[in-house]
Amino acid sequence: MTEPCYITASCQITPGKVVKDGALLMENENIAPISYLQWLYEQKGYNYPKFYKMDGLSRLGWLAAECLLEGSFDKNRYAPEQVGLICCNRNSSLDTDTRYYDTVKTIPSPALFVYTLPNIVLGEICIRHQFRGENDFFIFERFEPVFLQAYVQQLMQENVFEACICGWLEFLGEAYQACLYLVEKPASKNSVPFTTATIQTIYENTHG
Amino acid sequence: MSDLKAQIVAQLNLQHVKPEDIGDDMPLFAEGLGLDSIDALELIVLLQQEYKLKLNNAEEGPKVFRTVRTMAEYIKSHQA
Repeated sequence: MTEPCYITASCQITPGKVVKDGALLMENENIAPISYLQWLYEQKGYNYPKFYKMDGLSRLGWLAAECLLEGSFDKNRYAPEQVGLICCNRNSSLDTDTRYYDTVKTIPSPALFVYTLPNIVLGEICIRHQFRGENDFFIFERFEPVFLQAYVQQLMQENVFEACICGWLEFLGEAYQACLYLVEKPASKNSVPFTTATIQTIYENTHG
Repeated sequence: MSDLKAQIVAQLNLQHVKPEDIGDDMPLFAEGLGLDSIDALELIVLLQQEYKLKLNNAEEGPKVFRTVRTMAEYIKSHQA
């Protein structure tokens, strides 16, 4: 029998806006899209100098994970290897790949090179929160809630992990979108069943 | 050395650090400025880009990049 899982928190970031659990968390429309992420980092008062060295995709995912977990995640409930990450996007690490390719014409940048894979963002989140569970990054033409639900549900069912941060992390040029879900086995206050329909509904509510 | 500090901050994207906050003899790695192995590679790039210097012997790295002062001394002694 399939054990039910629940979305216990969600977070979306688009240019100028953060939505947490369906409610507008922070907004600034008077700032360039590319500057918004740093503005958000500074407004939230984070102290994590490595943030400044991250590429756009990692900054986006790191911030989305911070906002997702703040006040919604009890780290003490899980061992490090019990928390997994499953994310997807459309353009992989193309934004940084292009920037790195530009440097190859002169002197290649090691700092850019290390971000020329999409799953590096998952590593940054794992380092921040000391998660050591299964993590995968898939590339799809578009957001695929059916795949996401089935894949995460299966891994939860097999006890590969007990909690999962999953969703969509897309960054290219000045366009970006994060939509992360925290999925856990026990239901909590305001949690919703982890189904294709609820994943899709939350995704479509990216704009709060 | 102030120019070199500014170049380090720019090259390594240390937006949380002001050049004047870096002491001449402050260790650049570990307990000092806290740089990592990727930063070390970026420092090598900095030497190439700004000073046309190539570190010929990798074993020299820890000595050359110990502090801003040791970097400055290396640059000074290797520039024509």
